[in-house]
Amino acid sequence: MSTTAITDPGSEAAPTPRLPGLLPFDLVLALATIGVMACSLVTLHAATAGGGGYRPDIPGNPNFYVTRQGIYFAVGSLLAIGLSRLDYSRLRELKYGLYGLLMVSILLVLGLGSVAKGAQRSIQLPFFSFQASELGKVLIVLVLSSFVVDRSRRLGARDTTARVMLLALIPAAFVMMQPDLGSSLVYLVIVITVLFVAGTAWQHFAALAALGALAITVVLVAAPAVGVQVVKPYQKDRLTAFLNPTDNPAKQGYQQNQSRIAIGSGEKTGRGNNATQTKLNFLPEHHTDFVFAVVGEQWGFGGAALVLSLYALLIWRGLRILTMSKNLYGALVAGGIVAMMMFQVFVNVGMTIGIMPITGIPLPLMSYGGSSVITTLLALGLLQSIYAQGRRAAAYKGRVLSF
Amino acid sequence: MALRVAVLGVGALVMFAIIFFRLWYLEVLSGDKYRQQANNNKVRLVRDSAPRGAIVDRQGRTLVENRSATVIQLRPTSLPDAERLAANRWGQAVGLRLRRPKGHRGSPIPLPPVPFVAGQDLKGRYAALAKVLGVSAQSIHRQVIQQLAITPYAPVTVKTDVPQPVRDYIKERQERFPGVDVKRVFLRRYPYHQLAAQIVGNIGQVSPAELKQAKFRGIPQGTVVGQDGLEYSYDRYLRGRDGLTRIVVDASGNPSRTDIQRQPEAGRQLQLSLDLGLQRTGQDAMAQAGHGLPGGFVALDPTNGQVLALGSYPSFDPSILSRPITQTEYDRRFGASAGAPAYNRAIAGYYPTGSTFKPITALAALTTGIITPETPINDPGCLAVGLAHQQFCNAGKKANGTVSLRSALQVSSDVFFYSLGQNLNGLPHQPLQSWAYALGLGRRTGIDLPGEIKGLIPDRSWRTHINNLERACEKRRKKASCFISDKRDWTVGDNVNLAVGQGDLQATPLQMATAYSTIVNGGRVPRPHLGLRVLDNSGRLLQTLNPGATRRIQINPTYRQAIMDGLHLAASAPGGTSADVFSGWDQNRFPVYGKTGTAQRNGQKDQSWYVAYSYDGTPSHRPIVIAVTVEKGGFGAEAAAPAARLLLSKWFGVKSKFVVGHSATR
Repeated sequence: MSTTAITDPGSEAAPTPRLPGLLPFDLVLALATIGVMACSLVTLHAATAGGGGYRPDIPGNPNFYVTRQGIYFAVGSLLAIGLSRLDYSRLRELKYGLYGLLMVSILLVLGLGSVAKGAQRSIQLPFFSFQASELGKVLIVLVLSSFVVDRSRRLGARDTTARVMLLALIPAAFVMMQPDLGSSLVYLVIVITVLFVAGTAWQHFAALAALGALAITVVLVAAPAVGVQVVKPYQKDRLTAFLNPTDNPAKQGYQQNQSRIAIGSGEKTGRGNNATQTKLNFLPEHHTDFVFAVVGEQWGFGGAALVLSLYALLIWRGLRILTMSKNLYGALVAGGIVAMMMFQVFVNVGMTIGIMPITGIPLPLMSYGGSSVITTLLALGLLQSIYAQGRRAAAYKGRVLSF
Repeated sequence: MALRVAVLGVGALVMFAIIFFRLWYLEVLSGDKYRQQANNNKVRLVRDSAPRGAIVDRQGRTLVENRSATVIQLRPTSLPDAERLAANRWGQAVGLRLRRPKGHRGSPIPLPPVPFVAGQDLKGRYAALAKVLGVSAQSIHRQVIQQLAITPYAPVTVKTDVPQPVRDYIKERQERFPGVDVKRVFLRRYPYHQLAAQIVGNIGQVSPAELKQAKFRGIPQGTVVGQDGLEYSYDRYLRGRDGLTRIVVDASGNPSRTDIQRQPEAGRQLQLSLDLGLQRTGQDAMAQAGHGLPGGFVALDPTNGQVLALGSYPSFDPSILSRPITQTEYDRRFGASAGAPAYNRAIAGYYPTGSTFKPITALAALTTGIITPETPINDPGCLAVGLAHQQFCNAGKKANGTVSLRSALQVSSDVFFYSLGQNLNGLPHQPLQSWAYALGLGRRTGIDLPGEIKGLIPDRSWRTHINNLERACEKRRKKASCFISDKRDWTVGDNVNLAVGQGDLQATPLQMATAYSTIVNGGRVPRPHLGLRVLDNSGRLLQTLNPGATRRIQINPTYRQAIMDGLHLAASAPGGTSADVFSGWDQNRFPVYGKTGTAQRNGQKDQSWYVAYSYDGTPSHRPIVIAVTVEKGGFGAEAAAPAARLLLSKWFGVKSKFVVGHSATR
């Protein structure tokens, strides 16, 4: 490649070999990430800092959430930059270690996690509470992709699909026991997307769908009939309340109703400082799960559209990186990450606007929370790594790897 | 692979499209609806109760005023639906039971247990509140059920008159007492305790049935309104207007901003024509002269109908009713065994009037021409009436010899009036009854108090009517008698009885005072009233109350004079029925025109009556008509007349003297 003898003498833009230290990065993806992080800080400030006659969420420390989210962003960004400079392909070799880490952290949470709001989801560390199921989202993407790549020659075989599904369902089941239904659903979406991108036969998906329908029937209808509660009653209520939120405005439907009122009251340009749904605390969990409703109330349709556009940008770049990947492993990882982002954005935003049930899935990068923020930034770092490696491979090989 | 990536891409597109459309729908198409809901979310309107106006007497002495008290209330919206449902069911069951006739009601409806609602520890809430208030959790539950059954949306008052430390304790720990409000309310205070208790009335939260009345239209549930007496009649002046405070609350109900929308407007003062001094004398006189027997009295200014005193004995202290009171305690204090003190005998007592009716008979006889003022009639002691020659006699069959109208009134000759009754019976249009009606009997006087009765003037058509009722009832119930009537037809004897105020006649002391005032006025029927003026809080006149139109009837001045002469002789001349009661009275300056009455009641001791008119020097100076009655008090001169003398002494400011008369006439 370093031989330039056959190039046109008049051309000076000859491809020059790049040094390994100066890897390219996806500027658009990076800008979109920074944009979402900026939106998050501004929104959290509006939601929790009080001011203008309203009480801050943490009296005496109005910037508590904003400061801490800023720290999470800084730490996460550093980690992501570090990760993006490494070759993600090396992670394939660590699959057993990563899977072990995933299972150990999830089991640790079950064993000695702290209970918050009736659920045991995190381990209390000195600085922050570590939510293993969040980090697990990235780990499971990496691990599943590794196993699929190992079996890439036997993708048509039924046992490949079955084994990969099993690998994902074991941690998903433990996460569900915490209980964290939302995260286990994310795992499920990830495994299906990884299989889908890898090229599993359509028939397998049809069979999985049939099995899934059967499982739901058993869990929601048959098991309660014989006295076994797999899904807690409140989870079931939440999952079904969004269908008729006004049935019971005081209980299950309350959060969703308040969230809808908050977003609707934002109208086109938002209520600014009069966003009473958020500032008078009618909107519950306004710094975590319902942060999108704050955007909707405070800045109206315009603000919500801006945030959604940034997510669209992220997902588009993710899909583009998927196609640029230098190997199957990178493509599968990118696919898993895109699926994870897409699903979380759709379910979370859908929940705030009343078209999805309440599942406790955070809005990636917007919701306050260290585990979620760092996990998402790690995932975006991985995407950057895939991009960088793909570009370099293309530069070296003169083509983008295609299958 | 490319296809599958495309599928993912399309999936993302569809997802964003759904979200955008939904956002557009929520924020742009129905944004104003949600803006409205968000605004409703944060605002709560709180009522600040307005103090009711005071009630003062004609000299400005305060009869009823306010004091502020702290009450602990429960917001009904904070209670679980199960509790409200239980209250509703209980209320319906109690209502059904009360509709059954007394004696067939069965056992009382037990209070429902505190409902258990998962996630809402109602029992615990009641217990926590009960501990602080020093009552039992069960009693709080009872209050909640009973009050919610009557007014489902008004706050439930759990305790009235809470001491300061308890108030502060609850206020500082609001989060521990969800749904509990500490409010300042105004309670009524009665500085004169038992004085005029029946006419003052009481107050209470407006009931759903009352809200439908035109009188209470448009006032919010939970408002305190007058329920009885003057508080009811003049509620619209006394009530005032509750203030409104708009509070911006956060999701847990803590106020974050408050602005007062409307200051509470105090009610206006009501000035009565009542003279509290005379009222007190009246109530004391009833106790002294009536020896603790129940009775009623009225003192009117005959010229304008202003009520100077109006009372009923026994009386009670209305402040008992300013606080919640149990049914058992109510029955003990206000039941028949306690003498039914809440019953206003002066306007709602069903009484035959005895001889105090005689001036009415005289007027009817004179006007129809049966007698002239000078017509002599022999009174041998008894009179045989009708075909059966039924004997009607004076009390003790005392013979009075030949009497004319004046002397007949003076000595209260029954035979004289029996014969008038006998002669009036045959005349067309029953002149005796129509004169009684014209003078205000058998109809409401129109006094500004609720609960006034019409009374009854017995006549031929009334008797036919009740006989028909009795027959229909017997037929329907297949019983021997329904005790409505004895199915006897109207006879001349009925009219003879009526002529001396006996028999089926029913009239109140107020009606008798009104009838005498009409005769005194020469035909103008005064409309008795208590309300005189409406004043503002500093006592400035806002409005003079108009008692309403008065009637006029034609009374021949000659006839009036003859009757007045007879009444004056009865109270002053030797042989007059109440002359000895007024022994030592300055008849020249304060001439008394008075008539005793002794009503015979079946199986009971006679009822004592006295109706009198007097003035100071000239008829226009301090005129007064007094009607007094004492149930089972004996002859008129025994109980009622001495009480009347005490009242007159007080009114004219002369030395009072209690003299029991000895006249044994009816």
